[in-house]
Amino acid sequence: MTARPRPKRNLWLSGTAILVSIVVFLVPFAFIVLTAVKDRQQAALLDFSWPENFQVVQNFVDVVQARDYMLIIAFINSTILTVASVAIMVVLAAMVAYVWQRRKSKWNMLINFLVLSGLIIPPAVVPTIWVLQKLGLFRTMPGLILVEVAFGISFAILLFRAFIATIPRELDEAAIIDGASPFRLFFRVIFPLLRSVAITVIVVQSVTVFNDFVNPLYFLPGDQNATVQLTLYNFSSQFTSQYNLLFMNILLITIPPLVMFMFFNRRIVAGMTSGAIKG
Amino acid sequence: MTTIQAQRAQHGEGTAPPAKRPRKRSPYPSWFYVPAAVIYGVLFLVPTFASFYFSLTRWTIFDSHFIGFENFVNFFREPALVSGLTHTLVYAVVTSGLKVVLGLLLAVLLTSQIVGRGYLRSVVFFPVLVSTIGVGLTFTVLMNPERGLINESLSVIGVQGPGWLTDPDYALLSVALVDVWKGVGLATLIFIAGIVSIPQEYFEAARVDGASATASFFKIVLPLARPATVTVVILSLIGGLRSFDLIWAMTRGGPGFTSDVIASVIYKQYQAGFYGLSTAGNVILFLVVTAIILPLYWFLSRKEVEL
Repeated sequence: MTARPRPKRNLWLSGTAILVSIVVFLVPFAFIVLTAVKDRQQAALLDFSWPENFQVVQNFVDVVQARDYMLIIAFINSTILTVASVAIMVVLAAMVAYVWQRRKSKWNMLINFLVLSGLIIPPAVVPTIWVLQKLGLFRTMPGLILVEVAFGISFAILLFRAFIATIPRELDEAAIIDGASPFRLFFRVIFPLLRSVAITVIVVQSVTVFNDFVNPLYFLPGDQNATVQLTLYNFSSQFTSQYNLLFMNILLITIPPLVMFMFFNRRIVAGMTSGAIKG
Repeated sequence: MTTIQAQRAQHGEGTAPPAKRPRKRSPYPSWFYVPAAVIYGVLFLVPTFASFYFSLTRWTIFDSHFIGFENFVNFFREPALVSGLTHTLVYAVVTSGLKVVLGLLLAVLLTSQIVGRGYLRSVVFFPVLVSTIGVGLTFTVLMNPERGLINESLSVIGVQGPGWLTDPDYALLSVALVDVWKGVGLATLIFIAGIVSIPQEYFEAARVDGASATASFFKIVLPLARPATVTVVILSLIGGLRSFDLIWAMTRGGPGFTSDVIASVIYKQYQAGFYGLSTAGNVILFLVVTAIILPLYWFLSRKEVEL
């Protein structure tokens, strides 16, 4: 297989690639880390240099305490938002995908159209606020959770549907013969089999919701309700002279996706590239 | 007999054709659709349809006053708003074009026999997962015209870097470049998945026939990775046309209105309390996205069949 295709050139190419990757991709991250641990004066220079005195703990405490522990509240808010919306999304999307895949009906074309619309159409902002207001959900966490579900469910449905197509129907039939109700058939037989794709959906959507900036900005305004992305945005005006704190904040909110990436790298890749092979 | 009829009446509910109902109930009940349909319908479909009406009104959330196409006329009369439309198109084309080209090149590189492949894949992909606002603020600092790292490094080799975000000529393109930096990893991964799915025999046959690396790229990889290309083009165009967070984090549409896009116009008009105008912006964005994506999707997937 590997018929030694000119090893010399490959080494040269590898070296260049690694060097370029360091300059282009690692230096910005190194810059974040270095600036986050500098003192205020040195951080204000904005240069790429080794910190003269490390203020890791000091900066961390300062950022957490800023504006009455807003960052802590924001982390709690973001966690609630992410967990709740992704949980709802996974269950509801799996239910839709299951019936959609299993049942031949005249509705299937309509569902296909709606799912694709959900992926393509930019949500109408102010009318959504209007609907939320009518329902009494504007500026509330449940409202934002439902909005995230509505905007993210299309992608989840597509992933689930592709996976459910690989589960043999004979399994359903066996369960039906054994007298399982449709409800039991799905939740006790099928749903447990969706574990691997469910993990993919959970990881990809968690990162998306956690990083979401636009929807909290529109649908859950107000300092008390801030999510982590909004704290960053709010701090950016307040911290113009305190770059060390700004970058400490960036560093802190980069950690959750980094953890996800380290543990679920392959799942994320599987989920995000699922459309590649078959359009 | 009566029970069967009662059952039929229960399930048939008017519209059902008189044809025989298959057995009892389907094991795949329709009510599984209901919870998702309610959330999606109420919070996505209703606002989308409502936007067409409200874009024709002067609107304060509580009451609306029908004014015909005045919002759209205003939108297209105001140069700052019209330029938002062209900026959106430029931004979407530049980002998706660069993502396709760079993503494909990186994917070819990262599927070849190269040292440190795993490291390179991770490092290219990781920015996709990082907060857009965080990336935007970081690059705002790096692109600082006097003290930023980028211009400092350029001055070392004797190049006077431009005011990336402060020069009206460069602001939009600078943001687009950062978008590419953040998003090229996803394009690369999609291309890698596409290239890996090409059977190895083709490459071997090409090598036996003495095809050069360039030839096998153009004759094998490019045509056979077409579904991946379609995915990348469509995804990055949709993302580029809707893009808001990065632009807002880096320039807030400035300097002046030189990096305003439709999505940031929508937000600015919303903040200013012009809800009708903001919604008109939304309708325009909707029309732009569908007018570009639908024909493109149809065209690209049709060509695929002909191959």
